[in-house]
Amino acid sequence: MASQIVSAVGVMIVGVFACAFYYWLSDKLLNLALPVRDGDVIAASRNLNRRATVRPWLFLGPALLLLAVYLVYPVIATFILSFYDRSGVNFVGFANYRWAFFDDGFRQSIFNNILWLAVVPAACTFFGLVIAVLTDRIWWGNIAKSIVFMPMAISFVGASVIWKFIYEYRGAGQTQIGLLNAIVTFFGGDPEVWIAMPFWNNFFLMVILIWIQTGFAMVILSAALRGIPEETIEAAVIDGANGWQIFWKIMVPQIWGTIAVVWTTITILVLKVFDIVLTMTNGQWNTMVLANLMFDWMFRGGGDSGRSAVIALIIMAAVTPIMVWNIRQANREQGGH
Amino acid sequence: MASIASRIRRVGLPRLIVHLSVLLIAILWLVPTLGILVTSVRQKDQITTSGWWTAFSSSTQTSAGRLGDPSTARQEGANYVITGSVFEGGQGGTVRAFGVRVQEPSAFPADKPADLGDGETLTVKPDGSYVYSKNAPFEGSRGKRIYLSVATPPAFTFDNYRTVVNAEGLGQSFINSLTVTIPATIIPILIAAFAAYALSWMHFPGRTLIIALVVGLIVVPLQMSLIPLLRLYNEVGSFFGTSSKTYAGIWLAHTAFGMPLAVYLLRNYIAGLPKEIIESARVDGASDFEIFVKIVLPLSFPALASFAIFQFLWVWNDLLIAIVFLGTGRDQLVLTGSLNALLGSRGGNWEILTASAFITIIVPLLVFFALQRYLVRGLLAGSVKGG
Repeated sequence: MASQIVSAVGVMIVGVFACAFYYWLSDKLLNLALPVRDGDVIAASRNLNRRATVRPWLFLGPALLLLAVYLVYPVIATFILSFYDRSGVNFVGFANYRWAFFDDGFRQSIFNNILWLAVVPAACTFFGLVIAVLTDRIWWGNIAKSIVFMPMAISFVGASVIWKFIYEYRGAGQTQIGLLNAIVTFFGGDPEVWIAMPFWNNFFLMVILIWIQTGFAMVILSAALRGIPEETIEAAVIDGANGWQIFWKIMVPQIWGTIAVVWTTITILVLKVFDIVLTMTNGQWNTMVLANLMFDWMFRGGGDSGRSAVIALIIMAAVTPIMVWNIRQANREQGGH
Repeated sequence: MASIASRIRRVGLPRLIVHLSVLLIAILWLVPTLGILVTSVRQKDQITTSGWWTAFSSSTQTSAGRLGDPSTARQEGANYVITGSVFEGGQGGTVRAFGVRVQEPSAFPADKPADLGDGETLTVKPDGSYVYSKNAPFEGSRGKRIYLSVATPPAFTFDNYRTVVNAEGLGQSFINSLTVTIPATIIPILIAAFAAYALSWMHFPGRTLIIALVVGLIVVPLQMSLIPLLRLYNEVGSFFGTSSKTYAGIWLAHTAFGMPLAVYLLRNYIAGLPKEIIESARVDGASDFEIFVKIVLPLSFPALASFAIFQFLWVWNDLLIAIVFLGTGRDQLVLTGSLNALLGSRGGNWEILTASAFITIIVPLLVFFALQRYLVRGLLAGSVKGG
């Protein structure tokens, strides 16, 4: 164990220094290769120009290389692999897509994913907004905010253990040690195996993600609410609007942009949800979602790269509209500069 | 803000309802975590017999005991007497009641002589000592079986933590998680900061295109990368004749997957630095490298810190990349991976699961509470990826 710590620290230092050294050395080499001497003014200015042309690429190089190898190339390769068989050697045309279209497991996953998409972003945004509004009004609001925000720091696996304990089931008549069943039996109900109830168990898994992500929505929306000009609210108060009207007709319309950002961010997260399903049910009892189905096919029976590539592409297709919207938004900001 | 709040308050809902609803929400959000924290310090047998919310009051359990066997009986006048303690087995507590049949463990209250018939009387004191007497010699060779209703005071223990850290390998996993997380947090910051500077303050063809590419790549799902990268890693591994599952491999993967958000966040910040400072440094003859190291890096500290927290939490909490790019041996299993494995192998052992879960989440929670300000700032600066 001690030797691992030493080697980890060693490698860490070497890695970080190698990284810094690259930037330092490449800069030095560039200056050496394109010297600027006092005597020859024309050559000096030409070399200065050349340096200015090359240097950005030295700075950008490592980042671009990583992006190319780990993100751009895989996207293209996954697309190509989706037309090949399980081993990725033989071209099979649209066979994998046809399989997906008729496969029950795939349909189940799509259905569950749509369910997640319909519930989680809406619930997080709604709770986030409500909590942001409520906590802004009381003196201990920041403490409450911290508590709601806290699950953001907890891993999905950790959160799954936390909630699995809440859903824990003991046979009827035994002492229930899971909070939910204890409450249910306290009120005279029968204990249930919550995570094995088809259809409804999806919602019990969603609760975990909502518990984690509401804090995110709350923080962003709270900041947006604070950015609302006071005059608009003052005017509404003078005109005799009540709290409810002020909230829905004055405050919410002014933060639509932020609500959209929160909604889309959580949507992307939901499309990639994997850890929660893996640790809670591993897709059993009709809880499979696309990311888990894809992972399953990556390794099932030695792995089927064609089918899992198709599933990955479906997830990619779902995030593409958001991606395009983000790029256009970023370009617009650029234009404004 | 206070003035907006006060205005709403004047016209809005009664304050009490607001206070109560926020209190309810806070409890709702806190209780799940509290549950595993409390459970992780309870004794194993208490966890399985009572809910964690009863941990702070003494719990009443039914247990069985055996009185001393007849050979230990002494004659006292006309009676034969056996004495001893029902807690000789080692377990402690306070006897509330006792009985001689399993269906009625609380038939007789403690501290009062109970008439068991046949001329037998039994008195069990709360501390467990008993006096068992009979007006004739005891028969049989074994002691009498009795059942006890025992109140156990709240008892807390760190045994569960000792077990998981040593026997279940969580200690090793903790080191593995640090080994993965620290380099995977520092390296991307450096690389992204240089790229962000180039994209903010250097002019070259294709700049807008690269920025658009970076923004687009932020949302590309990890799932798109897994299959080709797994193949690539296997090929590289077999080319060099080594394993494809290495720490260097996962550092690079985390660095690359965090890169789009890092470049985006840092570029937003670095592009917003005052133009005058950088221009005047240029006029003074500073090279871009010097400007970056001496001016831009120190000024960008808040943005660097925000991203560092993000990346740290993201890498520490990641499961998918760890199970794809690292092995499942003890020397490579990170905390999230260990916890996932324990969920499979120790499904019902809550003393192990809760203690392990708490070890897994304690570092992110500490980071969170210490650096919440930077985290919020980072979220507000680039709420695109969100986890």
